[in-house]
Amino acid sequence: MAVEHTMGTSAPGPGDQTRIHNIGYRSYDGPRLGRSYARRSLYSQSLRGSYGLGRSVKSKVLPMLLFVVMCVPAAIMVAVAVATKAKDLPLDYTRYAIVMQAVISLYVASQAPQSVSRDLRFKTVPLYFSRPIETADYVRAKFAALASALFILTAAPLLVLYVGALLAKLDFADQTKGFAQGLVSVALLSLLFAGIGLVIASFTPRRGFGIAAVIAVLTITYGAVSTLQAIADVQGSGEAVPWIGLFSPITLVDGVQSAFLGATSAFPGGVGPSNAEGVVFLLVALGLIAASYGLLMRRYKKVGL
Amino acid sequence: MYDPTVARLTYRALLGRRRALILGALPLLLIAISVVVRFLAGADDQTAADLLGGLALATMVPIIGVIAGTGAIGPEIDDGSVVYLLSKPIKRPTIIFTKLIVAIAVTMVFSAVPTLIAGFILNGNGQQVAVAYTVAALVASIAYAALFLLLGTVSRHAVVFGLVYALVWEALFGSLVPGARTLSVQQWSLAVAQKVSGGDLVTSDVGLTTAAVLLVAVTVLATWYAGQKLRSLTLAGEE
Repeated sequence: MAVEHTMGTSAPGPGDQTRIHNIGYRSYDGPRLGRSYARRSLYSQSLRGSYGLGRSVKSKVLPMLLFVVMCVPAAIMVAVAVATKAKDLPLDYTRYAIVMQAVISLYVASQAPQSVSRDLRFKTVPLYFSRPIETADYVRAKFAALASALFILTAAPLLVLYVGALLAKLDFADQTKGFAQGLVSVALLSLLFAGIGLVIASFTPRRGFGIAAVIAVLTITYGAVSTLQAIADVQGSGEAVPWIGLFSPITLVDGVQSAFLGATSAFPGGVGPSNAEGVVFLLVALGLIAASYGLLMRRYKKVGL
Repeated sequence: MYDPTVARLTYRALLGRRRALILGALPLLLIAISVVVRFLAGADDQTAADLLGGLALATMVPIIGVIAGTGAIGPEIDDGSVVYLLSKPIKRPTIIFTKLIVAIAVTMVFSAVPTLIAGFILNGNGQQVAVAYTVAALVASIAYAALFLLLGTVSRHAVVFGLVYALVWEALFGSLVPGARTLSVQQWSLAVAQKVSGGDLVTSDVGLTTAAVLLVAVTVLATWYAGQKLRSLTLAGEE
């Protein structure tokens, strides 16, 4: 089975000394795990990567820190509620994500580019597509992974609040209802933020630039919308306040949950959209999620190929 | 201390391709919002001060500062091409100083100029609000650019840390813990703006002397330390 070196000798005529050796390569005939397995692996790897698991210690710091920062206020509220024997939690389940939106935005901004920009920068995307997965699988796996990571980030403090509320012997039915409403709201928020973050991040191979772009879109729109709402409220045109909320992701979620999920709106003046207006909010939110999925599909149609 | 070639390269890195789009989009948004507000609410000094203070100075200036400050050096260190720059016979502090000048210029152009325009649209510079906030944006640009340029040389995650400072520390902690406001570039620049406007629309929690001393100290120290960091820079692989 040894390879014979015939080169370097006094150049014999072609054909009389060159030989092909069978060096024993065998083709793989074991089980093939297929497309759905590859997609599941990509999903679980991306989800773990969003919290730095399976990556270096340095890249664990930020996501874990943000996770802790997200949960600590919930723990403090629970401790206060238990200690003072309060009748109700100091903060609604649905309001929690709105209050902590800076942390959520930072998480999306840091992890969305981590998830997709590095694949673009190191040109590993063609390698993924040389496996049995297709564009849709890649997009779905990344989308689902970031949305799940965000859901974990936003649902964990709600769970802390819920468990704490039960420990403090608050009304079970009331708390369960609030908890369920909170979960629906953060699920919508996770999908929306993951979609927006991934679309922006997938257009740049530079991680730093992706982070800045995502945070700019999330915070500047919120800053602009809340400023305009405050001005509209002061000017007495209160009916315009909900409509302005359509133009930034977090106020969009706020609108949906105050229309359908029994939340009190964080809009100035406390006037959230009515049910009819809430339908528009819900449609816009779902439309944005669908649009970001569509944009991602378009983006990865011919990337690196 | 100023090297035109380094400056040219940095300008190109900062404003080339899509980067200029996001830098240009933010000021355009600010101006568009001011036009809308002017139509909705008319000229009102308090509204103008709220909008310029809340949106322009609190959100737009730090974000543009982060993009320009870290963008001036971060990507080069990140992809390793900074070694070609460092191997040239130029002093490291000169490189930092040049990049700082460029970052300051870019931040000023994209934040202070639109602030002035927006101020004039909002209330035609009534009670000196537009000029005061423009001065604040100019001053803040210098400090932010120096601070975030230093971050770019210190950490590979400079953008995240810069944003954490700008959004979590200045916005969140600053509103909850009054003491955090003393250590905030935004408040320092507001102190200068307060002096300029002289009215009670622009207020700061920090005295003018403290603010000026801290501003100068932060800028000088950050620039000096960034130069030191660049002198002993080691290039590490990606994570």
